[in-house]
Amino acid sequence: MSIGAEVPRDRAKRLLSGRGKFVDDIDLPRLLHLAFVRCPYAHASIGAIDGAEAMALPGVVAVLTAADLDAAVSSWRAAHKLFPGMAAPEQSALARGVARWQGEAVAGVLGESRALAEDGAERVSVDWQELPAVMDANQALAPEAPVLHGDMANNLAYTAEVTAGDTEAAFEAAAHVVEEHFRFHRHSGISLEPRGIIAEFEPGEGRLTVHQSHQTPHQQQDLYARLLGLPEHKVRVICPDVGGAFGLKHHLMADELVACAAARLLGRPVKFIADRLESFMADVHCRDHEVRARMAFSGSGEILALQVDDLFNAGAYGQYPRTSIAEGNQIMRLTGAPYGHGNYRAGLRMAFLNKSILGHIRSVGHPIACAVAERLVDLGAAALGLDPIAVRRQNYLQGDDFPRTSVGGVELENLSFNACLDKALEIIDMAQFRREQAELRARNVYRGIGIATFVELTAIGPEYYGEGGQHISAQETCLLRLEASGTIRCYTGATDQGQGIDTGIQQVVADGLGLAVPDVEVISGDSALCPMGGGSWGSRGAALAGEAAMRAATTLRRNILAIAGSLLQKNAADLTIEQGIVLDATTDSAHMAVSEIARIGHFQPYSIAEDVTADLTVVERYASRGRLFLAGNGLQIATVEVDMDTGIVTPLRHLVVHDCGRILNPLLVREQIRGGVVQGLGAALYEELRYDPAGHLLTGSFADYLVPMAGEMPDIEVAHIETPTETSALGAKGAGEAGTAGAVGAILNAVNDAISPFDASIAETPITPPRLLRALGRF
Amino acid sequence: MKAPDFDYRRPADLPAALTLLARHGAEASIIAGGQSLLPLLNFRLAAPQLLIDIGRLGELKQLTEGDGHIEIGGLLRHCDLAASPLIAQALPLLHQAIGHIAHPAVRHRGTIGGSLAMADPAGELAACCLALDGQFSLLSARGQRWVAAGDFFQGIYETALAPDEILTAVRLPRGGPGRISIFDEVARRRGDFAMAGLALVAEAYSGTLHGVRLALLGVADRTILAPSTMALLEAGPLDQARIEQAVELIAGEADPPEDPAYPPAYRRHLVGVLLRRTLRRILAEAPG
Ligand SMILES: Cc1cc2nc3c(=O)[nH]c(=O)nc-3n(C[C@H](O)[C@H](O)[C@H](O)COP(=O)(O)OP(=O)(O)OC[C@H]3O[C@@H](n4cnc5c(N)ncnc54)[C@H](O)[C@@H]3O)c2cc1C
Repeated sequence: MSIGAEVPRDRAKRLLSGRGKFVDDIDLPRLLHLAFVRCPYAHASIGAIDGAEAMALPGVVAVLTAADLDAAVSSWRAAHKLFPGMAAPEQSALARGVARWQGEAVAGVLGESRALAEDGAERVSVDWQELPAVMDANQALAPEAPVLHGDMANNLAYTAEVTAGDTEAAFEAAAHVVEEHFRFHRHSGISLEPRGIIAEFEPGEGRLTVHQSHQTPHQQQDLYARLLGLPEHKVRVICPDVGGAFGLKHHLMADELVACAAARLLGRPVKFIADRLESFMADVHCRDHEVRARMAFSGSGEILALQVDDLFNAGAYGQYPRTSIAEGNQIMRLTGAPYGHGNYRAGLRMAFLNKSILGHIRSVGHPIACAVAERLVDLGAAALGLDPIAVRRQNYLQGDDFPRTSVGGVELENLSFNACLDKALEIIDMAQFRREQAELRARNVYRGIGIATFVELTAIGPEYYGEGGQHISAQETCLLRLEASGTIRCYTGATDQGQGIDTGIQQVVADGLGLAVPDVEVISGDSALCPMGGGSWGSRGAALAGEAAMRAATTLRRNILAIAGSLLQKNAADLTIEQGIVLDATTDSAHMAVSEIARIGHFQPYSIAEDVTADLTVVERYASRGRLFLAGNGLQIATVEVDMDTGIVTPLRHLVVHDCGRILNPLLVREQIRGGVVQGLGAALYEELRYDPAGHLLTGSFADYLVPMAGEMPDIEVAHIETPTETSALGAKGAGEAGTAGAVGAILNAVNDAISPFDASIAETPITPPRLLRALGRF
Repeated sequence: MKAPDFDYRRPADLPAALTLLARHGAEASIIAGGQSLLPLLNFRLAAPQLLIDIGRLGELKQLTEGDGHIEIGGLLRHCDLAASPLIAQALPLLHQAIGHIAHPAVRHRGTIGGSLAMADPAGELAACCLALDGQFSLLSARGQRWVAAGDFFQGIYETALAPDEILTAVRLPRGGPGRISIFDEVARRRGDFAMAGLALVAEAYSGTLHGVRLALLGVADRTILAPSTMALLEAGPLDQARIEQAVELIAGEADPPEDPAYPPAYRRHLVGVLLRRTLRRILAEAPG
């Protein structure tokens, strides 16, 4: 069995030795490079655009504006039928008439090199008229606020509420109520490799071939076909090596669509690689939520009710095709999900304002849902003089509580909060920490410990986008091809951005067939070659593509054994395959190699009885039914030291105990968790997209937008509980959100624990040194 | 983010470089380690027509011991200085400071001349040179002049350098054996430019500091001295009361720019924190 084993990934060896092949490594004859004229204001009307001076430069080939693209590409609206009434203003590949954030692309300049295209872009003159900018959601919803979209009465894009029980009455009757006003600032998912695309249009055959750094080739194939008016089978999207994606690369990005349209209009291949400045300005962003929440407790620590009000913004538009609602929706549905209270009221308001569009970045909504509830639990425990861990244990959903639909409307199958906590407390000695904490405080060293329990939504089912009206596949299909030498080519719809899902699938197929892992090659990331699938996002690879791979392996194995049975004149049911050899299932005596069966199957098929299903290429699919998500769970414990003079927070120890059901490969899961924690620590302590009041981005480089670096990171310990899901045969759930989901809450609680002697608290992330010292009243 | 087109020359010796600079001056830019210049070019914040690469000028790579001073060639890299036993022994302030500059990759290319010419208000080397009362040799086809560090830094990214001049060397007086040298700073992450920092040299006799030079970085439009605090520290024995007075005083000597993320009051507070730590350390380590 290779499932469950620590199989290292081949792709990592290649990438680490510098042999990666990313979009920007691809060169084509007659390639043009695309650079953009981006709006320098947060909000401006676009008058005449004059490209004459740019066109006069040698090496500049074209200047394209919205009007030039009209014939080539249609506009779109980001709507979702599960959220009826959500505003979906029209969007186009290049801004038309009005630009609504600093960095929105207004004209595309094509040149013989990127430098020449940038020379051209500098010389395009645009008759801007600056309009008043709206930079804060409260301001956006104020009655006098300038309205971003002409066809809307105000900037309120959507509002929704979920309720359960009688929340008002529960708050009134409660022994204690705690509340907090949280602010989670805007950041993004920062991939080492920025977004990039090469689009090539072949006019003779009418074929568009796109190489793109992306997570979802089939989704892009559908979008490019529809928006450019091409037959879908004439569009091929290939994702070569992708240097990190984190949700940044599973959307339609307007500037990337311009590259496709330009390739078609100009009849030459076009490359666009986002540089770091335009990445910060024009990538999708995440978070930017203001949450007011309160929690009601009985005198003995029972959670009685929870109320959550989330105000956030989508940026200037909704993100296409998924829309920008998910982050608010997940906060609304997920906050407090680990706990068994029956009274819940959560509301969201989503505004439009003059910033780049809010997308789905890793762990959509989770870090906020987790931090809000976990902070309130700590506040409640403190108010009641109870141990915060005991309060959690008292309120966790457990045993007979499952399966259930949470008060927020999330299906919870069988979660292991208590088992995770037990495991965590075996690893971290709380009593010892408290002793050390007290001793150190006497020496003016302030340390804190924070715990955060989370529910992790993974492996989204087809109903969410199916009912929403999006062409986004949540069904996974796997095609296996037995080569004549007995090795396997496996084609999957899942894609690999460095997380190693290729290796996980390889293991599933190898085990399913009784072959060795190296005998299986996984091919992914090509919309023409691979069966239609959803790509990789929302922690779906192992659970969905893994299950499809297992089904395909089961079918192919059946065929191989049927052929063997026919050749050996034995009952196929009495045979099995191990290490590539067909054996007698009871005596273990070897009969013949799979390679022999493959050879005969391909070259001497006449030797196999005619009634045997002798297909050596098989396809199977998997789609879940009747659930929107597959929920996993876990918890994190962080310890930190706070420098009370400078406000600098140093993470010391970070533990994650996680349950993602059946683990295909512990190496991969640990990498997912550690990487996720690092991103979560980034959100908790460093990463923030800051704008000045006029809407100019202040964090346009890595000198100002701080990402966590190795030197600042603690050693991240990971432990597992395995509760396989019963909804699939494989039993795997996703693991990609967990690290990010819990880190913000754990750090927030740890920092607040550290500063607790000073009667101060903080509820704003990232926790920058000035913010923390201000909360402490120290300057 | 690709630089606009430029010409490139790499003169083989100093006279050739000076000739090129005399001829092209304002339209040209010297390139040394490129660690500050290349980002400026790529962001298109600078667009010189000509880059004059001084990287082959061996004359600028000397480290020499003079009479009471050390002379550091303008092309010596941060890593050269970090590895030099002479610097460690004669200029411990500089030695301490270099560990705070960026990361090894940057320290292997960035040069002292480039760093001083760049005049980043949070530059470690500028603060050290000011604290040590260094002199900079500025050479052009017109001749050589020596400019004191205190006169050299004139504002954010502004210096006394004329367009045709090369900063060829830095002369730093070496201190006596008892000299105290302390460099400290606070940065968000290891290697980041400091939010605030200080470079201090002094001598201590019988509990009182003498010859105090205290330079601050990251808290004004350039690296600055803190003359009032220097005077206070020399005015009487160093004790807790004086330390707290100095902490209060220095906040007023800092003049940080408006910055919503790191407000001036925060940077002033940090300078005080650093000074308190520094002076307490001196007090704790003082003999008897
Ligand atoms: C990621 C990163 C982090 C950094 N962090 C820090 C930090 O924490 N602290 C710090 O102090 N610095 C930091 N730096 C800057 C680094 O120290 C640079 O090396 C230095 O500022 C410039 O030196 P250079 O040799 O690379 O100069 P260049 O980039 O080649 O030139 C910079 C400027 O100086 C001029 N110039 C260069 N040499 C001379 C000369 N001899 N005479 C006249 N003019 C000259 C050039 O024309 C140019 O205008 C950082 C840089 C990077 C990329």
